[in-house]
Amino acid sequence: MTATARLQPDAAPVTTVMVVPGMHCAGCMAKVERALAALDGVEEARVNLTARQVRVEHDPALEVPALVDALSAVGFASQPRGEEVAPPPSAVKPLLPALAVAGFACMNVMLLSVSIWSGAEGATKELFHWLSAAIGVPAIIYSGMPFFRSAWSALSKRTTNMDVPISIGVTLATALSLYETMNHGQDAWFDGTLMLLLFLLAGRALDAAMRDRARAGVDALLRQAAPGAMVVAKEGGLQWLPSTDLVPGMVMRVAAGERLAADGEVVSGASRFDQSLLTGESAPIAAASGDPVLAGTLNLENPVDVRVTAAGSGTTLAEIARLMEASGQVRSAYVRIADRASRLYAPAVHSLAALTFAGWMLAGAGVYQSLVYAIAVLIITCPCALGLAVPVAQVVACSALMKRGVMVKDGAALERIADIDRALLDKTGTLTLGRPLPDPVTLDALPADAAAVALGLASHSRHPLSRALVEALAARGIKPAELTEVGEEAGQGLSALWQGRKVALRRPDSASGIATTLDIEGQPVWLIPFADRLRPDAAAALDKLRRLGIEPSILSGDNPGAVAEVARETGLTGQGNASPQDKQEAIARLQGAGHKVLMAGDGLNDGPALAAANASIAPGTASDVGRQAADLVFLGDSLEALPLAVRTARSTMRVVKQNFVMAIGYNLLAVPLAMAGLVTPLIAAVAMSTSSLLVIGNSLRLAGVGR
Amino acid sequence: MTGLAVLIPVALGLGLLGLVAFFWALKRGQFEDLDGAAARILIDEEDEVE
Repeated sequence: MTATARLQPDAAPVTTVMVVPGMHCAGCMAKVERALAALDGVEEARVNLTARQVRVEHDPALEVPALVDALSAVGFASQPRGEEVAPPPSAVKPLLPALAVAGFACMNVMLLSVSIWSGAEGATKELFHWLSAAIGVPAIIYSGMPFFRSAWSALSKRTTNMDVPISIGVTLATALSLYETMNHGQDAWFDGTLMLLLFLLAGRALDAAMRDRARAGVDALLRQAAPGAMVVAKEGGLQWLPSTDLVPGMVMRVAAGERLAADGEVVSGASRFDQSLLTGESAPIAAASGDPVLAGTLNLENPVDVRVTAAGSGTTLAEIARLMEASGQVRSAYVRIADRASRLYAPAVHSLAALTFAGWMLAGAGVYQSLVYAIAVLIITCPCALGLAVPVAQVVACSALMKRGVMVKDGAALERIADIDRALLDKTGTLTLGRPLPDPVTLDALPADAAAVALGLASHSRHPLSRALVEALAARGIKPAELTEVGEEAGQGLSALWQGRKVALRRPDSASGIATTLDIEGQPVWLIPFADRLRPDAAAALDKLRRLGIEPSILSGDNPGAVAEVARETGLTGQGNASPQDKQEAIARLQGAGHKVLMAGDGLNDGPALAAANASIAPGTASDVGRQAADLVFLGDSLEALPLAVRTARSTMRVVKQNFVMAIGYNLLAVPLAMAGLVTPLIAAVAMSTSSLLVIGNSLRLAGVGR
Repeated sequence: MTGLAVLIPVALGLGLLGLVAFFWALKRGQFEDLDGAAARILIDEEDEVE
């Protein structure tokens, strides 16, 4: 996989990480690595498939566009990964060593315990207790750290969480076992304590692994905003600069089909810009010399030169970012179901243990014996199965959703989306596909040879309209015609020769809306109109939402006319012309009326609303801001993801509640035994693992959910 | 009984060896790209002439 190292001592290699979302198999990995390694100046290229990234070590003289071109030549779209989208540190990694140590210690101590339970006596038993202590105490201190830390931080804020009863139980049980070992006692509880830690850590690690995976997926998608631009240098040359290095005053050359990397002012050329990501407005905006244009908008027609007026944090995004920071209280105020359960559970457990101690004292059992029984109650009630009840169910449900193309950012999102009763949908890019598609009626009317010529022409261009045309025609099974002398004139169109006749695909002379004309010499000219269309199964998906008891409506920043049209097609009520503030207020109003609101949106203008809603979902094609603010991201064109996510979330909550009933049911059986002083370490170990297995088995039922 | 004196250290030692191996793998980044590691074995290296 290593390219032949070039002997060039004067240039230390630099490392660039490229995000390549299209990789998904061994073949893709090989193609990407070989394509990059074949480039002159590349030292090494190594793919990370999980993160959909490739790390390239290369000569600094080799610029990023060369890498992008090499990858696009083998069929992969890619973007350099900016610092701001670098993945957050893994949540699961710090838990793995603790889990491994707990597993190792648990197995070995259990081995010793089994021989004690099967009748080891006298010196052997003492030796085994001492051995267990030697393995157990350090292991408990090490593996228990995540819980002790979390419990301490909760206590120092004068609140409580699941980790407080766990820490108290673990500490007391370890102290008691150590005391028993030193005083030649009957029972030591190292095995039970370690098993408890093992199960809890497993639950914790699952929860973290789920978050890591979804984040890796979202990170791979973060490539919408232009990461850089070709800057016109003073001497006239072009140089590629990442967006962080752009400063006001520079002139960027923006090709058709590119997104702007910064706010600016057109200095030469004229084109039309798709601002739908920024404002929700679906009609392209024309801008000529002197007109302002915004970062994140898509240049549809001609190459233009744009003088940067604001870059980075100075752009229009700043206002939206400020709004987003101010929202999100609803979300942070949400208490996860596991924490809600433990708020009830922890006091109950501690009073039961206290009661046991008091009861045995009154019965005259003595301080030592009463303490032993009270600690037995604490160990037996330690929420082992409770700790697994939520994460296992959520992990299984999330991986089922991921297989269907829905990525869940964390388990809390799954809990929040389960109680939604209103849905607000953005129009452009959410209800609709958010990109211009050729009119299907016109395509149907095209004769086969004309369609073949259109496909042949369009396949030579990277213009968004051409690409949409290629996709639509190829989906109809049309084969491209053989063309010669193909030429593309920027902003005008494509021309070629076909069977000796001149053919062209060009901009119409006068057009309302977006369109292209197909001109074949000796034949009438065809006008192919383009329009943004509803997602293919929008109506069915909205209908399913209604049947789930969720009332959907449209909340869009687009003009009221366009909103009314979509509202009529889908049978929804709609509000148009909504600014980001309006959207946020609309959500606050519904929440004030006691509704739980789901926001589905994609644009930057939806960001504040996505952050303010109880739960939010964004399509994979959404803006960075949209995807970062949303709880769930769905891939593909289908809006079915919405009802699917709600349905899955509701079944997950059902399973979580069943798990709680099982875990607590086990306690109802075991606690009276513990209070009566009848529980031995053997009973505790058996009960603990059975209830955990029950909970895991029940959660696995979710694997088929949403199918 | 003397058997135990041998067997217990052996059992613990083997377990410990596994634990050390796991920590080593974790530190060396062996778990960084699980999907990639699974797929990499399928890459056909024959046509790669360097």
